[in-house]
Order: sequence, then C-alpha cells, then structure tokens
Amino acid sequence: MKKILISLAVLLVAATTVQAGPEEDRMAFIKYYKGKFPSVPRDEYANGAYAIDPIGRENWEAIEEFPPYEPFIDRGQEMWEKPFANGKGYKDCFPEGPAIAQNYPHWDREQGLVMTLPLALNQCREANGEKPLKYKKGPINNILAYIAFQSRGKVINVEVPKDDPRAMAAFEEGKKFYFTRRGQLNFSCSTCHVQNTGLKVRTEILSPSVGHVTHWPVYRSKWGTVGTLHRRFTGCNKNIRAKPMKAQGPEYRNLEYFLSYLSNGLELNGPGARK
Amino acid sequence: MTKMGRLVSTLVVITSAAWITGCSSSSTTKQAAMPQAKAVDPAIVEQGKQIAFGRSKGNCLACHMIEDGASPGNIGPPLIAMQARYPDKAKLRAQIWDPTSVNPESAMVPFGRMQVLTEDEIDKVVEYIWTL
Ligand code: HEC
Ligand code: HEC
Repeated sequence: MKKILISLAVLLVAATTVQAGPEEDRMAFIKYYKGKFPSVPRDEYANGAYAIDPIGRENWEAIEEFPPYEPFIDRGQEMWEKPFANGKGYKDCFPEGPAIAQNYPHWDREQGLVMTLPLALNQCREANGEKPLKYKKGPINNILAYIAFQSRGKVINVEVPKDDPRAMAAFEEGKKFYFTRRGQLNFSCSTCHVQNTGLKVRTEILSPSVGHVTHWPVYRSKWGTVGTLHRRFTGCNKNIRAKPMKAQGPEYRNLEYFLSYLSNGLELNGPGARK
Repeated sequence: MTKMGRLVSTLVVITSAAWITGCSSSSTTKQAAMPQAKAVDPAIVEQGKQIAFGRSKGNCLACHMIEDGASPGNIGPPLIAMQARYPDKAKLRAQIWDPTSVNPESAMVPFGRMQVLTEDEIDKVVEYIWTL
C-alpha cells in the first residue's frame, strides 16, 4: 500500500514537472503500471480491465464470440455509403476513409482546437447542409462503429505539435482535468484509474488509463447498446456526483487529447464490448 | 450465449443478495461489548448499518469488506477489529468525516466535509462500525 502511494507520488511529480512533455508523461504512466502489473505485456493494455482481470476476461471472450456491436457496424456502413441530400457524402469529406480513426484526435491549427472524430463527422455533415448527430447516444455510434472496425490494427499516434503552444496548452488542460478532484465524492479520474487501478469498486476492477481510448464506441451491457467515449466520461463524472461537461465541448476534447496520447503505440481494436 | 445468460443470472443473484442484506432490519450484529464500552442502543447500530450499506448513502461496501456485506470492493482495508484499532471513537469519526485530513491522498469519500452524510447519519455509522 505504502509502495503504491510512493510510486503515485513519483508519477505525480513526473507528470507535473515544468519541463515534462507529453512523452515523459506517457512513460511515467507506463512505468507506473508496469510496476503494478509486471506480467502484463504492453499490447494487452488495449483490452482495458480484461488485461488484469482473468475472470472478467473469460466472460468477455465468450461475449466477443458473438459480438453485440456487429449490427451497428453494418448500419454504419450504410450511413457511410449513403449520399447526403446534396449528393455528396462522408466519402467526399474523408477521401482516404473509412479507416481513419488513427488520425484522431489531432490538433487542428486552423480552428485552434482538438479535433476529434465525432466533431469532424459533424462538421462534414453541417458543411453539407445536414443536421449534426447527437454525441453520446444514437446513430453517431453506428458510423463510429463502422470506422472503428475498418481502422482495427492501425496504431495510435497522437502528436502535440511543439510549434503551436496552444496544442500543448490543450494537452495540459486535459491532464489537469484528469488529476483534479471533483464532485461531492471528491474523486479525480486518477483516483480510480491510477491510484487504485487493479482494485475493486464493488465487483468492478478498475482499469488502467493506458488503453482507455483504443476501442470506441463500446457496447456496454449496462447500456444495452453502443455509446461514445464522451458518454463514458459523462458516466464516470456522474458516478462521483460531479456535473458532467458537454460531450465534445472543449473540456472533454482536451481530456481525450491527453488520454489518447497515453495510448500511443497501441493498436486500435474497436468497437469494444464491456460490462 | 448460455455463458452470457449464466453471467446475467449470477449478477441478478448477487444484486438481490446485496439488496436483501442491505435492507433486512432484523439481523442486528451480535457482538460481545468490550467491558468499558457503554452499551449503545441496538436500534442506532442497526440504522448505522443501513446507512453504511445503502448504495446511495455510505456505500462503504464499494471499497471495504464488512462482515455479512455482499460483493465488497477492496480499495480500502477490511473493516474489522475496529474497537481494538480505534479505542478513541472520535478518531474513527474523524476518519469517516474527512479521510483527507488523515491522508491527503486518500481515495475515501469525505462523508462529512462534502455532506454526503449528515452529522446524525455519521454518528450512527460510527456506532455501527465500532461494533465490527
Ligand atoms: C469512482 C471511480 C471512478 C472514477 C473517479 C472515474 N472512473 Fe472511469 N471507470 C470506473 C469504473 C468502475 C469503470 C468500469 C471498469 C473499468 O473499465 O475500469 C470505468 C471505466 C472507464 C472507461 C472505460 C474503460 C474501457 O476499457 O472501456 C473510461 C474511458 C473511463 N473510465 C474514464 C474515466 C475518466 C476520464 C474519469 C474522470 C473524468 C474517470 N473515468 C473517473 C470508475 C471510475
Ligand atoms: C471509494 C472508496 C471508499 C469508500 C466508499 C469508503 N472508504 Fe473507508 N477507506 C478507503 C481507503 C482507501 C482507506 C485507507 C486509508 C485512507 O487512504 O484514507 C479507508 C480507510 C477507512 C478507515 C480506516 C481503516 C483503518 O484500518 O484504519 C475506516 C474506519 C473507514 N475507511 C470507514 C469507512 C466507512 C464507514 C465508509 C462508508 C460510510 C467508508 N469507509 C467508505 C476507501 C473508501
């Protein structure tokens, strides 16, 4: 217990030193988890809690034999193929598509913000006179599921360009969010996913932050459907009785930027299935 | 699919077990009181247990193993031998009221400071925990 607290302190120091950049942060996380789970290979982190929970993993593997997210992929493909009212389609916005998930999130210089895949999809729709999709539930998950499936095996490689200080500021904002205690229950994201990773809240084993972004959208048994990463953020915020932020607002996009950087080097394996 | 079905039914059993344990008003924990301990009204202890087990109240089982509590987490230590370890009840109350006053990095909810529980509810929880 004491050892864990000490390594946490080391991590926090490493993560808040002025000179530390995103790469130092990522290495600090990896080192910390490596200390906690010495026998877990790097690639396994893409499997979330199932990398460290053998019993949960067995159930999960059984579920993956008949993936509950499959119908959503098919519906997403229809969306991808179907032209908008003006005759154009997603294909025109994303000519290299549909295997594009590895390009997000990225720093968008022109707009001066963190561009996520859901935001890019809606900007495409709006540029073509279509209504934007809702960001947590519903059809956005179909097209995200299709893109995720097509992008399987691509490697996450988020960059924080050094020549635009606004990018670094966005990353830092996300990091600050991750470590700040909030809500009536007084938790930060790191309280659960760093300090107590591997321990149980009731029967749920807490997953490491590394690997959190590889597999969205996720089919959750609890939801009975697929949902977006920002829906998950909202859920984790509500659990600690904190007011959730707006899905795809600046706070959650910056959070996604930070969190995704931590998964650099891991392969995309979405859509996922979770409890 | 059968596996999934089994998983679901196991979960149902676990949840309903938790529900029953959390709500039974009959089974007050019997424990030999320590010689110098002043006898506490068993009804208060029982109310404290309800609050400690209630998912929208103390929900202590989220993180602590507690005698006859179903599906406990393990973020915090098991709550056992409390009188021996906390001869001073006020210290126990302080840990529950604001664990960050004892350990700034504590992952435990500051039940009093953040007003998750009322002062009265905390008093009752303390009485219950002290019987463990
Ligand atoms: C009180 C504990 C707690 C806090 C605080 C918390 N989470 Fe979680 N989180 C969980 C639990 C439990 C799960 C489900 C089991 C798991 O995968 O860790 C989860 C799951 C997740 C997942 C999905 C993991 C996967 O593999 O699909 C993400 C992403 C996530 N949390 C992000 C966050 C972020 C971001 C924050 C802060 C805004 C946060 N969490 C705060 C408890 C917490
Ligand atoms: C989210 C996690 C969490 C919840 C919920 C929680 N605790 Fe704790 N508790 C901890 C942790 C972690 C510790 C270890 C010491 C520390 O860091 O504060 C602890 C320590 C304690 C201690 C000191 C134990 C010892 O061995 O000295 C007591 C007493 C205690 N908790 C009582 C409670 C009670 C009563 C409740 C519910 C009303 C509760 N806790 C809810 C996480 C939790």
